Amino acid sequence: MAEQPAQSAPCLLSVRDLVVDFRLDQGTIRAVENISLDLFAGRVLGVVGESGCGKSITARAILGIIDRPGRIVSGRVLLDPGTTRQLDLATLSNDSRELRSVRGGRIGLIFQEPMTALSNHYTVGNQIMEAVRAHKPKMTKPEARAKAVTLLGEVGIPNPDGRIDAYPFQLSGGLRQRVGIAMALAGDPDILIADEPTTALDVTTQAQILLLLRHLQRDKKIALMLITHDMGVIAQMADEVAVMYLGRVVEKAPVEHLFAAPRHPYTRALLRSVPNIHAKPRERLASIGGAVPHPARRPSGCSFHPRCPEVIAGRCAETEPAPVPAGADGAACFHAELTP
Amino acid sequence: MLNFLARRLLIAAMTCVMISILTFVIIRLPPGDFVDAYIANLAASGSTVTAEQATALRREYGLDRSVFVQYGLWISRVVRGDFGISMMWRRPVTEVIGDRLWLTMVVSFSALFLTWMIALPIGIYSAVRQYSIGDYAATLLGFIGLAIPNFLLALILMYAGFRYFGLAIGGLFSAEYAEAPWSWARAWDLAKHVPLPACVLALAGTAQLIRIMRANLLDELRKPYVVTARAKGISERRLLLKYPVRAALNPFASAVAYLFPYLVSGSIVVSLVLGLPTVGPLLLQALVAQDMYLAGSIVLLLGLLTVIGTLVSDLLLMWIEPRIRLEGRG
Repeated sequence: MAEQPAQSAPCLLSVRDLVVDFRLDQGTIRAVENISLDLFAGRVLGVVGESGCGKSITARAILGIIDRPGRIVSGRVLLDPGTTRQLDLATLSNDSRELRSVRGGRIGLIFQEPMTALSNHYTVGNQIMEAVRAHKPKMTKPEARAKAVTLLGEVGIPNPDGRIDAYPFQLSGGLRQRVGIAMALAGDPDILIADEPTTALDVTTQAQILLLLRHLQRDKKIALMLITHDMGVIAQMADEVAVMYLGRVVEKAPVEHLFAAPRHPYTRALLRSVPNIHAKPRERLASIGGAVPHPARRPSGCSFHPRCPEVIAGRCAETEPAPVPAGADGAACFHAELTP
Repeated sequence: MLNFLARRLLIAAMTCVMISILTFVIIRLPPGDFVDAYIANLAASGSTVTAEQATALRREYGLDRSVFVQYGLWISRVVRGDFGISMMWRRPVTEVIGDRLWLTMVVSFSALFLTWMIALPIGIYSAVRQYSIGDYAATLLGFIGLAIPNFLLALILMYAGFRYFGLAIGGLFSAEYAEAPWSWARAWDLAKHVPLPACVLALAGTAQLIRIMRANLLDELRKPYVVTARAKGISERRLLLKYPVRAALNPFASAVAYLFPYLVSGSIVVSLVLGLPTVGPLLLQALVAQDMYLAGSIVLLLGLLTVIGTLVSDLLLMWIEPRIRLEGRG
């Protein structure tokens, strides 16, 4: 696999130095700090990290749908970077026609909670057709319905002709998630963001949904941003991986490198905490000491230093390691700087 | 769906029977029976009734039979539209109530309509722009609306209307139409008189519904399906009305059921103040005068209206909530 995918596949989306703040009464919380990511056509970027590290916020910030009081403070979200069509989504107003045509039209979003992400007041057909027609206003209702049936078939829903008139509460979790994927594909986007798409599903269904995503992504040459906390999912799906901790990318690497030679102590800790089938019975699973600090009480220096087993005394707590450079691989750690 | 409908209709019918039994009990509550009261009434006006006549009357009305037979006779007359005779007015109850029932419904429905028209948009605005100046203003006005007694507002409005606009407010008709037969001019006269009592009656309900709508919608706005809709790229206004507002209407529709009897019974004081020819004041008079056939009939009619209101609210719920509609199939 190529070291620099930018040369083999066009970059569809570049996030540069994205900063997202939540202004609360108790003070401002920086949920995302200087995130830079790139999505390439036909490739999968895995974004991994513990709960609350800013993965989902980043996804929503890209689409301009962060809930108040969160807002993008600075940074750029470039669609088709470097081309004549380059568009900075961060500069568009949230309910603007331009940004709305990108949502669903260029970038589809797949959700974590299949049980609550669909409205129980309308049939799945109604909700998919709405997404179809939002981006093809000239399409007639029968055409949109035909397209919705095709989409439901594409995501592997048996009997799509009948299921189109079902309400979400009549479907199982796995089927609902497939409907969610069909809905994300309704506007023929070339970028998909999947926010923990399998977290709420049982293991068998998880595997099926991941397989489906993989097939769709390859067939349609979609750039997929897969957000997860599961290293197993990353190993199975991702081409490149960004590891996030407390709102920052702490390591970015192609998936083989990440698993073969993780450079950030946090990545190593995450990998150690994955259950191993070769482990001895009753062996205690490694876990990361301590808990993720509250974003409002970010530790000084490297924010991982209080939990880091390899902390360098007198250095990590005082100074911050250089961030992973935008558009390149690396780790934000003094150890990585010593041994490049 | 049919299952649900059938069950609701059955419950409604059973409630109606219960109400009728209760009404019958109320009518029989005062000591003595109808004939005693009738004789006393006639005696008061100077005429006398012989014991034979009294017995004949009792036989005619079935008062010499068992309680159950009496109930059966009474209910069979009620079903045919004969509610008995009002002691106070010495006229059949149907004549006494007459137009009042319809006028009550006109006023109540106008108030209900107004409540919805005002409460829905303000409630939506308050939730979407939570903690904005507009939200605080709506909250303030809402609490003032809840706190002001209706009759006081009615008095203030009457005073203001009379003092500053020279309007003789009160009643539902101008003097020349009050006893006139129905005509387009009389209907128009009614239409001109309805808004004021409707506003007064709508006030408290509106304030309450704004709060309910705001709270419901705030809950719904945080649900993931709203984000899903947003991510599809449809406009904020459209997705707002289609998804969260629709879901928030759910408890709104069930509120209709208890709002309806409130509008009728809660309107007595306002109706007295405004001199409205509605059922409320009539009920009060009937109770004070122990005119049990009249009072019982009104209670019966109000009870039936309440059952109908509940049924309507259930049907509304069924329409907006597919989970209820598809019960037993899903």
